[in-house]
Amino acid sequence: MVTYPAWVTDDDLVFKALADPTRRFLLDLLFQRDGRTLTELESELEMTRFGVMKHLRVLEDAGLVVARRSGREKLHFLNPIPIQLLHDRWIGKYRERHASALTNLKTELEGMA
Amino acid sequence: MPAGSDPICHVHRVYINATPEAVWSAIVDPDLTGRYGYGVRCAYDLRAGAAFMGFPCEEMRLLGVPSAIVDGVVLEVEPPRRFVHTWRMLISPELASEGFTRVKWEIDGGRFGVTRLTLTHELGGAPTVALLASGAMEDEGGGGGWSWVLSGLKTFVETGKTLGAERGTLS
Amino acid sequence: MTTTATAIGTTQVYRVYIKTTPQAIWDAITQPEWTERYGYCGRVDFDLRPGGRYIGYTSEGMRAAGAPEVGVDGEVVEVDPPHKLVQTFRMAMDPAMAAQGFTRVTYEIEERKNGVTRLTLTHELEGAPMLAVLMSGGMEDQGAGGGWSWVLSGLKTLLETGQSLDAAGHQ
Repeated sequence: MVTYPAWVTDDDLVFKALADPTRRFLLDLLFQRDGRTLTELESELEMTRFGVMKHLRVLEDAGLVVARRSGREKLHFLNPIPIQLLHDRWIGKYRERHASALTNLKTELEGMA
Repeated sequence: MPAGSDPICHVHRVYINATPEAVWSAIVDPDLTGRYGYGVRCAYDLRAGAAFMGFPCEEMRLLGVPSAIVDGVVLEVEPPRRFVHTWRMLISPELASEGFTRVKWEIDGGRFGVTRLTLTHELGGAPTVALLASGAMEDEGGGGGWSWVLSGLKTFVETGKTLGAERGTLS
Repeated sequence: MTTTATAIGTTQVYRVYIKTTPQAIWDAITQPEWTERYGYCGRVDFDLRPGGRYIGYTSEGMRAAGAPEVGVDGEVVEVDPPHKLVQTFRMAMDPAMAAQGFTRVTYEIEERKNGVTRLTLTHELEGAPMLAVLMSGGMEDQGAGGGWSWVLSGLKTLLETGQSLDAAGHQ
């Protein structure tokens, strides 16, 4: 019997996770202050609790967020490893100094516009 | 949603854009169970052997239904993935006389925060309950059965809104 | 999950209730800009008249994994927009399933109360037991997707929330 391979790769998980603005905002919130509960994160968003739960699950599946039980609640932490791996994949071969010089130039040019 | 070819066992399945925990809450949380489907408020004591009852919403009470419209016993509880219980309709003496049937909820989490919910209803010896629960009597005022319940649960979990916004009426 | 072809039944019926209009459901079933956003996420090409050709193309993701361009083919039998569509349906992309020939799919779209529309899909699968297993979701663990339950759930999520159910397809 012919079977159909699942056509979604693990890379897709990370990119699909990052492709949503609400999920990027959740990452921003955790970057500002790590170890936050669902209730805390929910209070920063205009969305149902179930909706926030879903977005956190997508981030956890992609490895971008790690959750740990602490008493009755779960605390959510940003996991930078997948993003670091993306960084290394495409920037690794350039020296970091050049990459940051380019972003500095970008900022300067935008300031002049 | 699919009706099994075996007339005494119906299988319904829906995929929901939410976590298994969210779907579990919608099935067992007494504040949420009345927010979709027929609007029946069930308060489960989540232990094997515990009895439960389901109470009608306002609109149904106005139609003159009994004070409890379903009852049953919890058989298996494994949050958030499995919930099995017996189920009896009390809304009419005829339906009540068909006795207890068995309902199994299976909640499987997948990728991208999507959850597959499968409801299996074993209906041996309860032909009228089977007709009602399959939605076959919808045009006679029997409601859409489990298809209606699962569609309503999905809409409620995904959007926070009550599908049809006239939950609980049988017409 | 293991299922046998005999347990699946030669006629499968799926029913879902969606907070939208019959026309929106009709478009989601027949227009490629919609079909590429739910279920198997392939574009469809319907020649919407009796005898008209139907092609369900595979998605880019499926093609990247080795699938041919045409996934499903068939012919339109009956068309009454936006209420009824009957077509034949053959799984062209799998030689063994294609050899089992054409099956029949009926979509019935009926407006109910309070802006809710009921969609009933009937798949007559006489002589096509392998396709019957596939469309009931019996090959989901092998990466073949969840069949009609999954397709209809994706259609409902898309029409009610604007989002794709499974981000593995399209955003």
